[in-house]
Amino acid sequence: MPEPILADPAALRRTPLDAWHRAQGARMVPFAGYAMPVQYAPPPALAARCRGGVLAEHLHCRTRAALFDVSHMGQAWLTGPGAAAALERLVPGDIAGLPPGHQRYTLLTNAAGGILDDLMVANTGEGRLFIVVNASRKDADFAHIAAALPPGVRLEPLADRALLALQGPEAAAVLRRLCAPAAALPFLGVAALPVAGTDCLISRSGYTGEDGFELSVPAAGAEALAEALLAEPEVAPAGLGARDSLRLEAGLCLYGSDIDTETTPVEGGLAWTIGKRRRQDWGFPGAAIIRAQIESGPARRRVGLRPEGRAPVRAGAPILDVDGVAVGTVTSGLFSPSLNAPIAMGYVQRACAGPAIRLALHLRGAAVPAVVVRLPFVPHRYVA
Amino acid sequence: MPATPTPEIRYSRDHEWVRLDGDIATVGITDHAQTALGDLVFVELPAIDRTLEAGEACAVVESVKAASDVFAPLAGKVVETNQAVVDEPAVVNADAEGEGWLFRLELDDPAAVDALMDATGYAAFLEEEGA
Repeated sequence: MPEPILADPAALRRTPLDAWHRAQGARMVPFAGYAMPVQYAPPPALAARCRGGVLAEHLHCRTRAALFDVSHMGQAWLTGPGAAAALERLVPGDIAGLPPGHQRYTLLTNAAGGILDDLMVANTGEGRLFIVVNASRKDADFAHIAAALPPGVRLEPLADRALLALQGPEAAAVLRRLCAPAAALPFLGVAALPVAGTDCLISRSGYTGEDGFELSVPAAGAEALAEALLAEPEVAPAGLGARDSLRLEAGLCLYGSDIDTETTPVEGGLAWTIGKRRRQDWGFPGAAIIRAQIESGPARRRVGLRPEGRAPVRAGAPILDVDGVAVGTVTSGLFSPSLNAPIAMGYVQRACAGPAIRLALHLRGAAVPAVVVRLPFVPHRYVA
Repeated sequence: MPATPTPEIRYSRDHEWVRLDGDIATVGITDHAQTALGDLVFVELPAIDRTLEAGEACAVVESVKAASDVFAPLAGKVVETNQAVVDEPAVVNADAEGEGWLFRLELDDPAAVDALMDATGYAAFLEEEGA
């Protein structure tokens, strides 16, 4: 597969925390055109807290608090009268009904009902929306959104901001010390607040299934913020490796793997993101196809899978029924550090999508028995 | 730091090591390989008595994120496998070139081991690979 952006390591973009990662012993890898930390081998003082590596970083996030750099993601302001209505023409989420100080997960859909990207949209008040999109999709997303805006509504990509995620059961205790009002935010609450002397836009959200926060910060303040967070005894850095295993345990989709233009929100189990009011106006791209799938059921559904034994079954593995007939494909699969067992997600024909249905996964010429399970694999522990 | 390599240990370009004792070769992945792979969570070894060609994919080592094939560095028949690494893959991370051995081969041609790199050659090879 040609990946011209990645061919030359010098051509990789760097986040504002690039030097900081290297100081923490990060192993940097190319991801979506950026040099990103996949895991850390921390210096001795920090290794006593978390020895580093995907397993330890993952478990640190489940038990204490992990700090992720997700500055590669796209951040933008959408401003001007009618910004919410303009965005609603591109997404099935209820954006106009999003109260100030709140954030919502939604999807950019295309005319075929496929998913162009998944994104977070926050109403920061005074008619301003703050959006966060996937790194791999940000150029396409921003062009797509900008092209659909009426006069007076403006999309302003924020290339000069970093995004840090502090995730884990002790994340709130950490942030309470540094910025008490942030720790009082409800789930998916958003507020502009200073942390460690820098103005941040903080949301109580994340991609791990744990309680936690995402902090958008001007690039110039990113390192001071990371240092302030890491100075707290609960916190250890975690890389993209742990981020992926955490999100899969939480049953969350990775764009490009579990959802893409070939999957619809209904097939992907994301019909819950379609606002009640939006199910009356049906005024978003692909609405007719999506509505028909809601009413008569999709041909296939995203499901959780627990393979027997210990062998991880990876993306791309065919899913078979008990008679050996192909019924779907694995889209994400790895070894779950929390469950100490392999887990996977994939799409299967609707008849096979019910909990406890027994299937098999094709692995190195053998059929590994697997059972369909409800998602998430590890219960979410968001703040009430 | 890896232990000082003993003179008879040899290395393949696929990052396996071989230690010869008579016509029996003990095979594992190198310390460099385990570092590159990260925490191992699953190891699958070849069946006893399986006959392997040199370069044949015969075992799998997996981290949380990725699976990697292990190739037979030399031709031979599998005579023993290390159940300890199947039960506890982290043993490979802890001691890749010792307790973390994977399998033993009865070699078709023990002299073929001379075609593999010695420790100095492997160190140079890693440098060349940009490791």
